[in-house]
Amino acid sequence: MSAAVKWFWFASPQTFFPLAGTIARACWIGAALLAVAGLTVGFFVAPTDAQQGEAYRIIFIHVPAAWMSMFLYVVMAFWAAIGLAFNTRLSSMMASAVAPTGALFTFIALWTGALWGRPTWGAYWVWDARLTSELILLFLYLGFMALQAAIDDPRRADRAGAVLAIVGVVNVPVIYYSVKWWNTLHQGASVSLTRAPSMASTMLTGMLLMALAFWLYSIAASLARVRCIIRERE
Amino acid sequence: MSWGGWSEFWAMGGKGFYVWGSYAVTLACLALEVYFLRRRSREAKT
Repeated sequence: MSAAVKWFWFASPQTFFPLAGTIARACWIGAALLAVAGLTVGFFVAPTDAQQGEAYRIIFIHVPAAWMSMFLYVVMAFWAAIGLAFNTRLSSMMASAVAPTGALFTFIALWTGALWGRPTWGAYWVWDARLTSELILLFLYLGFMALQAAIDDPRRADRAGAVLAIVGVVNVPVIYYSVKWWNTLHQGASVSLTRAPSMASTMLTGMLLMALAFWLYSIAASLARVRCIIRERE
Repeated sequence: MSWGGWSEFWAMGGKGFYVWGSYAVTLACLALEVYFLRRRSREAKT
């Protein structure tokens, strides 16, 4: 069987179901191991920050969670768009499966941001462009989930949700570039492809390990949820 | 961070509330998601 045929083979929910289970199990284990490694580096290897003291250690969950919140939205909108364009059942199921995990990471990014803002800026919340656009992202996720839950026919729910997800994707670049476009209290990008990172390399290592852990966690959670959706619908 | 005992570790230089408040809520969120996923999976099987 050629590679192209195999992809279509797995586009059927029934054949994808056992594969999703296998990948999810591997990702749960990988996520746990990477989280242990990332937290060990983050708490026991990375030095105390010269300006912020120990409060900066929130970075090891805040930045990876914020990355995941934006990335998962793009993944959700991608699968929703594929489902809308080609009417493939599994694509729409994937979009529904990603949404709660994305919403969770958005909430975690906002929560840890608030607890980091208080000791560094003196406020839990400010109506800054970065914070406000991230809050809108949370409402987009919740809106997507609420809209799908409100429509009884799953195929109609998929289509309605897809339109919302696709329209909302404009918010992702707004979040990402908000620190450049507006004069925000939130600091600029910590990591960029075009220049050297502005932090100690052990801090960066801890953060990237946690980002990988959250990545694998998201894959595992989404695939576990898509298995539930396949069981419930088919 | 140089090791100065557990009490110093939990204190986080006086910022323990913010650091552990972040980590505790994150852990609780992820644990709840896994719990609900397992429950949904069990219910979907029957």
